[in-house]
Amino acid sequence: MSLGFFTREALRSMRRNAVPSFAAMVTVLVTVLVLGAFIPLVQAATGAANDVRGKVLLDVYMKTNASKADIARVQGLLQDKTPHVKSVQFVSKQTAYQEQRAKNPAAYDALGSNPLPDAFRVTPDNPDNIGAVLAALTPTSASGARTMIDPSIDLVKNRKDETHKILTVTRFIKLVMGGVAVLLILASILLISNTLRLSMFSRRREVEVMKLVGATDWYIRWPFMIEGVVLGALGGIVAILLLAVVKVALIDSLAGDLSLLSGTKTINFGALIGILLAASVAVSAAGSGLSLRRFLRV
Amino acid sequence: MAATQERPTADRPERPRPGLPGPESVIEFRGVSKVYESGDIGVENATFHIDRGEFVFLVGSTGSGKSTLMRLLIKEHEPSAGTIRVSGRDLADIDRQRVPHYRRNIGVVFQDFKLLPNRTVYDNVAYALQVTGHSRKEIRAKVPDILRLTGLSTKLHNYPDQLSGGEQQRVSVARAFVNHPPLVLADEPTGNLDPETSIGIMQLLYRINKAGTTVLVATHDAHMVDRMRRRVIEMQSGRIIRDEASGLYRPSEQSTGEFTAMLRGDDGMPLQRRGKTARQRTAEELFDEAFGDDDR
Repeated sequence: MSLGFFTREALRSMRRNAVPSFAAMVTVLVTVLVLGAFIPLVQAATGAANDVRGKVLLDVYMKTNASKADIARVQGLLQDKTPHVKSVQFVSKQTAYQEQRAKNPAAYDALGSNPLPDAFRVTPDNPDNIGAVLAALTPTSASGARTMIDPSIDLVKNRKDETHKILTVTRFIKLVMGGVAVLLILASILLISNTLRLSMFSRRREVEVMKLVGATDWYIRWPFMIEGVVLGALGGIVAILLLAVVKVALIDSLAGDLSLLSGTKTINFGALIGILLAASVAVSAAGSGLSLRRFLRV
Repeated sequence: MAATQERPTADRPERPRPGLPGPESVIEFRGVSKVYESGDIGVENATFHIDRGEFVFLVGSTGSGKSTLMRLLIKEHEPSAGTIRVSGRDLADIDRQRVPHYRRNIGVVFQDFKLLPNRTVYDNVAYALQVTGHSRKEIRAKVPDILRLTGLSTKLHNYPDQLSGGEQQRVSVARAFVNHPPLVLADEPTGNLDPETSIGIMQLLYRINKAGTTVLVATHDAHMVDRMRRRVIEMQSGRIIRDEASGLYRPSEQSTGEFTAMLRGDDGMPLQRRGKTARQRTAEELFDEAFGDDDR
C-alpha cells in the first residue's frame, strides 16, 4: 500500500499493454505538438491584427484661418475633454505640406502656396471606440445635421474605408483564432480521453476481477492514474523536444527575415513548455481516473 | 421490528429448531426477490439459511437464478425485496464504500476463472493479499503455501494463458482461499472442465470445507452432486423448489421411460426447440427441425 507498489503496478501494466500504452502516448504527443505550434501562431496572428488596429485613427482638420489660440484650445479639448482618446498628435500645415510634397513634388511645386490645414491625429484608446470619439467631436444638432464641437474645426475624418476594413478583418481573425483554439483544445481532451477509455475498456475485465477480490476503488485507480501521468509526461516531453528542435532550427533563424515572426510578441518558450507539460500530465491523469469510473461500478 | 430481527434467537430455547436460522448461520435469505430493470425475475421470494461449516450445492437449470443468488451474495446486485444476512450482517447496511472490505471475507470461484491475464500464477494469488494490505513478508510466506496445497507449486511463474483449464481453476480456488475467508462461493466451478479435472477441483473445495469454511457451490454437474451426497438446494425460475439435507441432483431416480418422456417434453420439462406441435415427434423429425431443410 505505497507509492512504490502502485508505481510498480503501473509500470507492469504498461509493459504488458505495450500497444495501447504506446497509442495513448502518441496521442498525447501529437496533441501537444499541435497545441504547441498553434499557441504561438494564434498569438502572432492576434498580435499582427492588433498592430494593424493600432493604425486606426481620426483626422481632425482645422479651418485654414485658425489661429494659434484656436489650435491650443482644440488640442486641449481633444486631450482632456473627449472620452476614449489615447493620444493626440498635432500635424502643422508645414509638416503636412512637407509630407505630401515628398510624395508628389511636381504637383505641390506647381501649387506654389500651401493649401493644407493644420490637423490633429487622434488615436482612440481602443480601435472599436473610434465611433464614440467621432460622435463626441461632431455632435448632432437639433435639426439632425452634424455640427463641429468647436467652430474652428473644419472637418473630422475617420478614414472611413480603411478603418472599417481593418476593424472587420481583425475582429474576424481574432474570432476565428479563438474558435479554432477552443475547438483544438476540446479535440485534444476528447482524443486523449477516448484513447485512454479504449485502453481502459480492453482492461475492464481486469478491473472487474480486482473488484471481486475486494480491491477498493482507489486501490485500483492509483496505478491507472500513475500510468496516465507517466504516459502523459512521456508524450509531452517528446513533443516539446520536437517543438524545441523546430524552434531552434527554423523559427529562430528565420526571425530576422520575417516581420511576422520577429515583430510580434509571442509566449515565452519556457512558459509554453511548462503549460504544455502540465496540461498533458493533468489531462492524461484525469482522463485515466475518470474513464475508469464507469468500469468501477461493479 | 429491527430489534427482534437483530436477535432472532432471543425468545427461543438455546438450540435453534431445525429449519430456522440460528446464530451459526453464515448465510441467511429472508423473502429475497430480485427483479431486474428489464422486468426479468432473477430470484423470487427465496428464504433459506446455511450454517457454518456446511457444504451446499445449488442446482437448477440455466436461468433458474443460481447466478443471481451468487451476485446478491457478493453484493454485485441489490435485492428488490427481502433481507440477506451474511455472518449476521445485513447486506443492505453495507454502503458502497465498504463493499470491497466485505468482499474480502468471501472467496469467489467462477466458471471462467476470472484470473488477471497480466499476472503470473503467483501474482494472481498475491494480489488478493496485497489488496488486504498484507506485508510482502506475509505474502512470500502464504502464497507458495496455498499454491502447494492446490498442486501448483511448479507453475508459480506461468501466466494464466499458459495453463490448462483445470490449473487455472486451481489458481482461482487458491486465490479465493488464501485469505482464509469464512465463506467460499463457487459459481459453476467445473462448468468448463472435463469430469476428471472437475473431481480435482471439487476435492479442493471439499478440503476447504473440511478446514471449517462454509462452501456454496452452484453447479450443473449432476454426477458430482449425486456422488457427494451433500445438502442440495434446487432452484427453478427464481424459486427454491427443494432443499434436502443430503440430496441428489434430481429428486428421484428416473426410469428410461420417464427420461424419454422428458425428452419428448411430455412432463412439462421445457425442451429447447419445443414448438406447439412438438408432441409425438420422432428423432428424425426433431433433427430436421433443428438443422432445417427448406426444400421440403
